[in-house]
Amino acid sequence: MADQVYWDDVTEGMELPEVVKNPTTQQLVKYAGASGDYYQIHYDQSFARNNDLEDVILHGALKNAFLGHLVTKWMGQDGDLKRLAVQYRGMDIPGTPVTAKGVVTKKYQDKSGNLVDCDIWLENEKGEKTTPGSATVALPSR
Amino acid sequence: MTTPASFLTEEMRKQAIGQKSEPRSIDIEKGAIIKFAQAIEDDNPIFNDEMAARESRYGGLIAPPTFLRSVGVDRPSYPFDMPFNRMLDGGSDWEYFQPVRAGDRITAISEIADINERTGRMGLMVITSIVVTYRNQFDQVAATQTSTSIRY
Repeated sequence: MADQVYWDDVTEGMELPEVVKNPTTQQLVKYAGASGDYYQIHYDQSFARNNDLEDVILHGALKNAFLGHLVTKWMGQDGDLKRLAVQYRGMDIPGTPVTAKGVVTKKYQDKSGNLVDCDIWLENEKGEKTTPGSATVALPSR
Repeated sequence: MTTPASFLTEEMRKQAIGQKSEPRSIDIEKGAIIKFAQAIEDDNPIFNDEMAARESRYGGLIAPPTFLRSVGVDRPSYPFDMPFNRMLDGGSDWEYFQPVRAGDRITAISEIADINERTGRMGLMVITSIVVTYRNQFDQVAATQTSTSIRY
């Protein structure tokens, strides 16, 4: 388990440790089963091609989960995820890695605690942000 | 199929906004949480390891943040037919209020929050925003999820 991050130690502009994912067609099938999303564009190549796609594509919600992983890993067991927002801008295909990244944009306090806002995104090999988003977490203080 | 230049009237928007689905309830099973965590390849012990999770402040397994996707929500019905064949998932905006634990019974209701049309690169598009509210067995809101879908 990574060390707990404390609100006191966070600074605006700080980067979240990256999470690299190497999705495979097998992972898409596992995700389809675990999530109940059986839309064939995620595992049936000829179906995907008939829908004008070059290949099967990652579920948007799986990419949302990758960004959830990034944030919950960083905030640690004593952090609380308050908000997680993502936009599906570009498609990602299995067999090519995606990297979940994030940066702290705001550190503040309000009635719900010691909060941190982050910009988060998934980046493909070309450096394109296919899935931008934002997150808010509450962190413990020292 | 050719889509019209304009589709949505103010009257139709008013009819659609506020339409709700039937509630749907599901028991949150430990095995389903672990399978989901494995599928997204997140090895955090609080999602995977009951013994380790018991040592945490949660006292047991909790679900990863997007697990509620798997609850299988009914969709609100539209009071009119949509003349579009294709749909894209535009994204999701989650707010979290209570952890979702193994053993919880979650009830989900979805509601049309907004509907608009826009003409883009692909012609006429209808953009819908649907809010799903997930409540636990204590009638506490565990999370809300606002999803955007694009029909064209």
